[in-house]
Amino acid sequence: MQPHEVEQAAIRRGTMRRWLLSAPALVIIFLASFGPLFVMLAFSVLEKGDYGGVKPWTFSFDGWANVFFQHDIFTGELGFADAHLSIFWRSVRLSIITTALTLVLGFPTAYFIATRPRKTREIWVFLVTIPFWTNLLIRTFAMQEVIRNEGVINTVAMRLGMISEPIQIMYTDWAVLFGMTYVYLPLMVLPLYASMEKLDFRLVEAAYDLYANRFKVLRRIILPLTKPGIIAGSILVFIPSLGAYVTPRVLGGGKNMMLGNLIGLQFGKGNNWPLGAAISITLMVVVMVALLVYVRATARAGGDDRGR
Amino acid sequence: MAGKRHFDVRRQPGFAFVAMFSFFALYLPMALLVVYAFNAGDSLALWEGFSFRWFVSAWQNDTVQDATLRSVIIAVCAAVLATSAATMAALATTRTRPYRGQTFTYALINQPLMIPEIVTAVALLIVFSRIKVWTDYSGLGYLIAAHTAFCVPFAYLPIRARLESMDLSLEVAAADLYATPWKAFRYITLPLLRPGIIAGFMLAFVISLDDVVITEFVKSGGQDTLPTYMLGQLRRVVTPEINAIATVFLAFSVVIVTAFFLMTRKKT
Repeated sequence: MQPHEVEQAAIRRGTMRRWLLSAPALVIIFLASFGPLFVMLAFSVLEKGDYGGVKPWTFSFDGWANVFFQHDIFTGELGFADAHLSIFWRSVRLSIITTALTLVLGFPTAYFIATRPRKTREIWVFLVTIPFWTNLLIRTFAMQEVIRNEGVINTVAMRLGMISEPIQIMYTDWAVLFGMTYVYLPLMVLPLYASMEKLDFRLVEAAYDLYANRFKVLRRIILPLTKPGIIAGSILVFIPSLGAYVTPRVLGGGKNMMLGNLIGLQFGKGNNWPLGAAISITLMVVVMVALLVYVRATARAGGDDRGR
Repeated sequence: MAGKRHFDVRRQPGFAFVAMFSFFALYLPMALLVVYAFNAGDSLALWEGFSFRWFVSAWQNDTVQDATLRSVIIAVCAAVLATSAATMAALATTRTRPYRGQTFTYALINQPLMIPEIVTAVALLIVFSRIKVWTDYSGLGYLIAAHTAFCVPFAYLPIRARLESMDLSLEVAAADLYATPWKAFRYITLPLLRPGIIAGFMLAFVISLDDVVITEFVKSGGQDTLPTYMLGQLRRVVTPEINAIATVFLAFSVVIVTAFFLMTRKKT
């Protein structure tokens, strides 16, 4: 009896110590990241203030209703908020295309790195890591230099006589697409590389022995084995693309907004905080669903491996 | 040995080409940005000769100086606080049997990574704007608090990794030799953990320095950091001065990332 109690007390002390040690990290994240989300949830069901903010204790579901619906300015009829819906659609579409583009570029790149000799592999990985850790705004600005009317693409194309007038890329969806693909490419390459590094090339060799051609090997051996990396990379690109703010703001200009800019606008010139809060929560839910799908998919991929 | 090329099972046609294109595409825009920082003219497109003119003008720009100083103050404070908190949390959550609330602790520490930055930014704007009205305080504290929160998960990662790969036997030996828990920590655990802590600090520092979105929404008037100053400038007519600032920023990031890379590299 006696030793048991002593042990219990020791465990309790250990638990206490652990909570005390984690407390500062947990408190700061709760105060300055997690907690405010609940305040935002509350703000989404309050009535909007006349000059930004909200009217305290005046409940209203206008914020939520305005996410998808709006009153016609002239007739007062309730209709779909076309502007919001088109921004939603653009965000989803651009994020999906960005994910696809980074995959098309990133997959061969990661494969290339993974098949280098061990010594040089590290250098290639490092070359992907540098853009990954450099300022996103600076990289967006760098992209702007390339696609501007006076930028490299247009200047070179005009010198070569391919075009007579610069092609307007800036402030179009293309600019946002190029920018996001450029900015998020490392996020695709790194997890893909992590899954390819572990690739067992004896399987590839076996496939060739069984008369598979290059394409079959890619489709039947390499792709299935690197599926966890493909899923991880896609999620890592899709989520920040959907919530992108800086890249569409700089390259897309005022007209080609994405969800992030629509949210930002409600807290600035739009002066509609409840609507901004409601859109933020919608975005958050979409991201959570994407993460859940990811967790499910990786769990299933892991299960497959065990079954094999 | 013989010059005959054997069949390479690893080769996939076209992959090397796409990879080269990717690396080219990753570095060309940044290279151009750096090159035009040294342009003698006003243009970002026409090369008018080599000059340090824009670096000098950025250096003498009071707004840029203020923004730089503010960025560094925030990043140092946030990185110190985040690294301390993350070190303690890592000590609490690793090298232990699973305990109740461990998953909760992991989830909360990584929470800032799972929410789009713009959402955190406006949520903080909502809360902090209230607090600003109530307390009448509108200093850098809000920015430091916000930065600390999103830096914690980044600082936590390398520290936790280091702790998990650390050998427990030295600490056990210290305890056997009657070291108090504090002494064992101070003379054994902490020195062994130092590379992880330094790596965590550097990550947190870079992450804080780079932040645009959260800073943009949390800052009060006249509290521009270097990235938000640059964001504001991009809307106007851009001169190579922005390139000069970006170049210095870039160089600094590369130095830190290289140091981080060399430090955390697996010794083979």
